[in-house]
Amino acid sequence: MFCIKRFCFVMTIVSAAPLTELEKAVNHLIDVFHKYSNTSSNLIDPAGIEKLCSDLDVSRTDIRFLMLAWTMKAEKQGYITHEEWTRGLKALRADTIDELKKALPQLEKEVRTPSNFADFYAYAFRYSLTEEKPESTDIETICQLLDTVMGSTFRPQVDYFVEYLKIQKDYKVINMDQWMGFYRFCNEVISFPDMSEYSPGLAWPLVLNNFVEWIREKQA
Amino acid sequence: MYRETIIDFEQGCKCLEAGVSELKRILEEETSETRIDPKQYLELYTTIYNMCIQKHPHDHSQRLYNKYHDIVEHYAKKTVLPCVQQKHDEYLLRELSRRWDHYKVFVNWLSHFFNYLERFFIPQRNYPSLLEVAMKSFRDRVYLEVQVNAKDVVIALIDKEREGAQIDRELVKNVLNVFVQSGMGTIEKYKEDFEMFLLEDTESYYARKASRWIQECSCPEYMIKSEESLRKEKERVIHYLHSSTECKLVEIVEKELLVSVAKHLLEKEHSGCSALLRDDKVDDLSRMYRLYHPIPKGLEPVADAFRIHVAREGNALIKQAQDAAANGSLVEAQVLVGKIIDLHEKYMVYVLDCFKNHTFFHKALKEAFKVFCNKKVGGSSSAELLANFCDSLLKKSGKSDEAIEATVDNVVKLLDYISDNDLFAEFYRKKLARRLLFDHHKVNKEHETIMITKIKRQQGGQYTSKMEGMVTDMQLAKEFQKGFKGSLTAKPGGIDLAVTVLNTGFWPSYKTSTDLNLPREMVECVEAFKSYYGTKTNQRKLRWLYSHGTCHVIGSFDPKPIELVLSTYQAVVLCLFNNTERLTYQEIIEQLNLSHEDLVRVLLSLSCAKYRILNKEPASKSISTTDVFEFNSKFTSTMRRIKVSIPPPPIDERKKVVEDVDQDRRYAIDACIVRIMKSRKVLPHQQLVSQCVEQLSRMFKPDIKMIKKRIEDLITRDYLERDAKNHHIFNYVA
Repeated sequence: MFCIKRFCFVMTIVSAAPLTELEKAVNHLIDVFHKYSNTSSNLIDPAGIEKLCSDLDVSRTDIRFLMLAWTMKAEKQGYITHEEWTRGLKALRADTIDELKKALPQLEKEVRTPSNFADFYAYAFRYSLTEEKPESTDIETICQLLDTVMGSTFRPQVDYFVEYLKIQKDYKVINMDQWMGFYRFCNEVISFPDMSEYSPGLAWPLVLNNFVEWIREKQA
Repeated sequence: MYRETIIDFEQGCKCLEAGVSELKRILEEETSETRIDPKQYLELYTTIYNMCIQKHPHDHSQRLYNKYHDIVEHYAKKTVLPCVQQKHDEYLLRELSRRWDHYKVFVNWLSHFFNYLERFFIPQRNYPSLLEVAMKSFRDRVYLEVQVNAKDVVIALIDKEREGAQIDRELVKNVLNVFVQSGMGTIEKYKEDFEMFLLEDTESYYARKASRWIQECSCPEYMIKSEESLRKEKERVIHYLHSSTECKLVEIVEKELLVSVAKHLLEKEHSGCSALLRDDKVDDLSRMYRLYHPIPKGLEPVADAFRIHVAREGNALIKQAQDAAANGSLVEAQVLVGKIIDLHEKYMVYVLDCFKNHTFFHKALKEAFKVFCNKKVGGSSSAELLANFCDSLLKKSGKSDEAIEATVDNVVKLLDYISDNDLFAEFYRKKLARRLLFDHHKVNKEHETIMITKIKRQQGGQYTSKMEGMVTDMQLAKEFQKGFKGSLTAKPGGIDLAVTVLNTGFWPSYKTSTDLNLPREMVECVEAFKSYYGTKTNQRKLRWLYSHGTCHVIGSFDPKPIELVLSTYQAVVLCLFNNTERLTYQEIIEQLNLSHEDLVRVLLSLSCAKYRILNKEPASKSISTTDVFEFNSKFTSTMRRIKVSIPPPPIDERKKVVEDVDQDRRYAIDACIVRIMKSRKVLPHQQLVSQCVEQLSRMFKPDIKMIKKRIEDLITRDYLERDAKNHHIFNYVA
């Protein structure tokens, strides 16, 4: 509150000319930002995100929220900076929360195009990393993330893989290479659970080799 | 005689015909006087000669040539053929043979008469020679008519001979000559009209024999029959068949008798390959080799049968040892290596002897051994068993150099069959270390060197470099010790000190003793050596392994002083009792700084074992932390010097070795992958894995999953990356 007042104050004194459309738009974005941001840090923090989500009528674990984060290129999970906010809303051509809400279905369609989705998928993993664990993410988070990101398009693969991840003991975390491996797996090994396109000699990450073996054992 | 008159053609022919009739009559009579009257001969010759040299238009050469053709044609068609056609069976052959001989004589005479034509007219016109004409006539008029029947009779005779009857070989030979000659310079007629049918007949003949014999005969009996059949067929060729038939005939016999029944024959239950090997039937096995060797791919089933048999024997040995181990007896495991070596020698004899050193059998032997030499017995891998075997071998005294060499040769061969070579190296190194450090008076340096040299020859220098380093270290240590002794003016601490300096890189890793509190005298020793060492070397760090030292301590017992041979730990514990008669466990451990496990072992050896140097309260069989120990002044023995042995620490040495080797393997795989990628820059996954396996195969058989894990690890560490376009290809990251 304090910051904005100062900002406005300066503006009013210095420029006598009326605001341009662009300036008006940016102003408005910032106003909306401040509805959710934390005053001391000037970021939208987890609490603000909860509010935002409820206003947008999506849950925080909804894939559309994640897609929004992707559009913003948000770096830290649970936080949105000023810059990221502006970037995101500008890209969606949304000035208000309502407009933002309306833009979400179209956003989803666009993100689901193959070229975008691969990038989005990789982003989803990076987004889950933290400062303490910058290289890999624990199994439980991965399972949730898989469900969010791939659940609607590759339901059986996700269900099987999540089940496997929970019972196997070789890995406690998953890294980027393994994460991307699963995406490639879903796209290349089309017939599931027959998996006739799968060949163990190829360069699948070891966790996927073990996964397939486990399924085959179950089928036998 | 010079004639002036021209000979008219008809006139000449009359004369000629008379002569020909005369010839025919003579031949028909078959008297020994098959000669023509010289006067008549001359007259005929001259007549023809003149008819040829007469001037045109009385030059009758061409007409004479045609006349010749008519004569032979007529003879063949009107005389020879009818006679032959009248007969059957063997009589047919006889008649054919007879008529053939006559024809040859007939033609021969004619060629004398017509000699002038042969020498001048025919070459001039490039016509077929007289002989050619004659042969053609015989072929067309006689041969073509009778060859089918003749062929059938001949083949029937051959079959009769095969069944044991005697036949007129000369007759057959002569008849077959007709076939050959009818080819007019080629072997085609013989092949098409006779040989083809012979081969067919032979095939069905031996097929029948094979199916009967295989049922009735044992394997050796069958082989003897086959060998005999082959011999007879070859003999047949020599006596009356054309030589070109031999290889085809032999091929067919081999195919029917040996190839098609090979599996059945070799696997015969009581007499097949396996049984022969079991019963050491050297002759039969040699015969088997002889029979199958010339057949392309013929030896493969034999080599297979050999391999299966040897593998079965080996597996039986292994199973025996495994069962014994499961019942708690470890003796079988210890003698197992010796038994395997014996097995190897036994079957090598077969390979060299019966199987004539053939590569297939060397290979079969090797593969068989690889199958069972890699099985575990009672928790010990074959690598460990082999290392143990070497250990006992090298500790045995009294063996000659030759005996050791022979056994070592066998050991090295076995090593070749074991896939986990690196595991063997580690176990061997551990045992070697113990021998060198603790049993150095038992060590025979020549024998140790023989073993290492032979291993080196097979596995390469890098494999044995650490072992060699260890042996050299002992040598260097001895020399260094001499220098040290020479430098001393007085005994440090009043003790005879001997130090062995080891190169850390060569020796297995040992746990450093905790900061052991040495008695004052020993501290003086350590310092003395340290300063000497410092003068002789540059910037080297010494790590004292008190756990591995030995001490000779004189115990002043009441009855008599006795020299005790102890480990350093034992000595250090006893020295505490120089200052006081009684000590509690706690006091000992605090004063010395030994670990609990180590101290328990030491105290056990000194108070609860064979020699009671210390008295323990309470006098139980185990050490507890509340025990109190007292110097046993009453201790005595009949000997003047005794060794108080201490058992080695119960760390699971095997587990540690396996862990160490696993760790080394991980490094080896990493290095291998990076090396390959560095040179190839881009490589598909499958090729990377297979190249890795190939490069490492000398040392061990890498687990595919482990390689994959290392690849993924290297990706995380940014040595490799997946190709952006095809994620089954890797790129090297510089």
